Amino acid sequence: MTENLKLMFSPEFFNAILLPALIGGIAVTICASLLGVTLVLKKYSMIGDGLSHIGYGALSVAAVMNLAPLKVALPVVIIAAFILLRLNQNSKLHGDSAIALFSTTALAVGILVSSKAGLTNDVSHYMFGSILAMSTEDVILSVVLSVIVILAFLFLYNRIFSVTFDESFARATGVNAGIYNMIFAVLTAVTVVLGMMMMGSLLISSLIVIPTLTAMRVCRSFKGVVLTAGTVSVVSFLLGMLIALMFNTAPGASIVIVNVFFFLVFSVIGKLKK
Amino acid sequence: MEILRCDNITASYDGMNVLSSLSFAINEGDYLCILGENGSGKSTLVKCLLGIKKADSGKIVLGSGLTHSDIGYLPQHTAMQNGFPATVREVVISGCLGQRGWRPFYSSAEKKTAAEAMKRLGISELAERSCRELSGGQQQRMLLARALCAAKKLLLLDEPVTGLDPAASAEMYDIISELNKKDKMTIIMVSHDIGRALEYSNRILCLCSSSESFFGTPGEYASSHISSKFIGE
Repeated sequence: MTENLKLMFSPEFFNAILLPALIGGIAVTICASLLGVTLVLKKYSMIGDGLSHIGYGALSVAAVMNLAPLKVALPVVIIAAFILLRLNQNSKLHGDSAIALFSTTALAVGILVSSKAGLTNDVSHYMFGSILAMSTEDVILSVVLSVIVILAFLFLYNRIFSVTFDESFARATGVNAGIYNMIFAVLTAVTVVLGMMMMGSLLISSLIVIPTLTAMRVCRSFKGVVLTAGTVSVVSFLLGMLIALMFNTAPGASIVIVNVFFFLVFSVIGKLKK
Repeated sequence: MEILRCDNITASYDGMNVLSSLSFAINEGDYLCILGENGSGKSTLVKCLLGIKKADSGKIVLGSGLTHSDIGYLPQHTAMQNGFPATVREVVISGCLGQRGWRPFYSSAEKKTAAEAMKRLGISELAERSCRELSGGQQQRMLLARALCAAKKLLLLDEPVTGLDPAASAEMYDIISELNKKDKMTIIMVSHDIGRALEYSNRILCLCSSSESFFGTPGEYASSHISSKFIGE
């Protein structure tokens, strides 16, 4: 354990591997938790999960075809996000079952393609994530994305609240709810793709869903939920990384477990407050 | 003075014609109840009045310098809001959104408007409570306060008492009637409660089928053949 710690703080390791992971990780974590507030409250949580499986399929196909993974996965997942959002609003095909249909299909295609090409090891990367192998490109994209998301929440906060709380009222006051839903779909898609490279496609939706659920245990106001979710997710990320490095555990899974731990603690606090 | 006029509105929903050549007009201070069975086009009409949906033909004219976003709207109750983490103050002030343009934060004038709306509906002491802790009646009063923030002269209420217990819905009717009489708000209410509609309103619009509709005073409605069919059910 002490050896691990020493290695962790050696300048070479820190600058080359840990620093990009921390910057990219915090950026994606903030995006996921902020977008998560809206997604969870609008009952769109499953969209994050569905998108990550679709992203996995796209990344596998890109890897087999020797294409740059991000350039394939991003457009595919953004288009998928539009489709899933549409399906959710359209009551004929039930939203949640439609997502299951789409996401398992994409997952199956991904597994099929990569197993046939004998690339299972490379592609399992995307299944479980590899935060310590984030490229400079990924980090820059994550930071840009997080700046966009944070600015959106600062300047459009009241509109986001209105669209989240009551879409029909928001429309009646002249807010174009459709555009907000589309912006959210795109931002969520990008967050999911970046997040799955670091957390893995199996775990990324936890970053979207758990911080909001945690914050909702204690907060009464929307503002409180937004701020608490953001804070809890960043703290969980840092603690999870620390645990992963100290005990040599999988980073993604460690972060999720810390998130769940906070959820339990906040649940108890919420119960006691009542 | 005329505040709203519909001229020959025709509108469809899901490819079905639900409103065909509907015409009516109301004046400032009127209390209009819109009656009709499910699927008769009430919700489509509401969307047209709010400017969310465009009518296929015909036109809606707003008088008294009103625009669509000056209409205070109380949507139908959705179950989703029951668990929503937001304080009453946050919800009520979001009614000011329509008049704000692109300024990101609420001004002190808007905060005052919200505080007055809460006071008007007797929910000032609930301002910091979370809306998931409220009873059904309190929730509706909160949403009515939000509508007041947006409303200059006209309130559009879509089934405001659905899901409320008898005492709470009686209270709601009293509040609405008071807003109409004391504050001179024009009221348009979609309702299923014919008895109360006849009691409180001074205009009735009944959408009975896509081809047949009635518009007139409650007295005229009660003696018309449409009401006997409708009440008889």
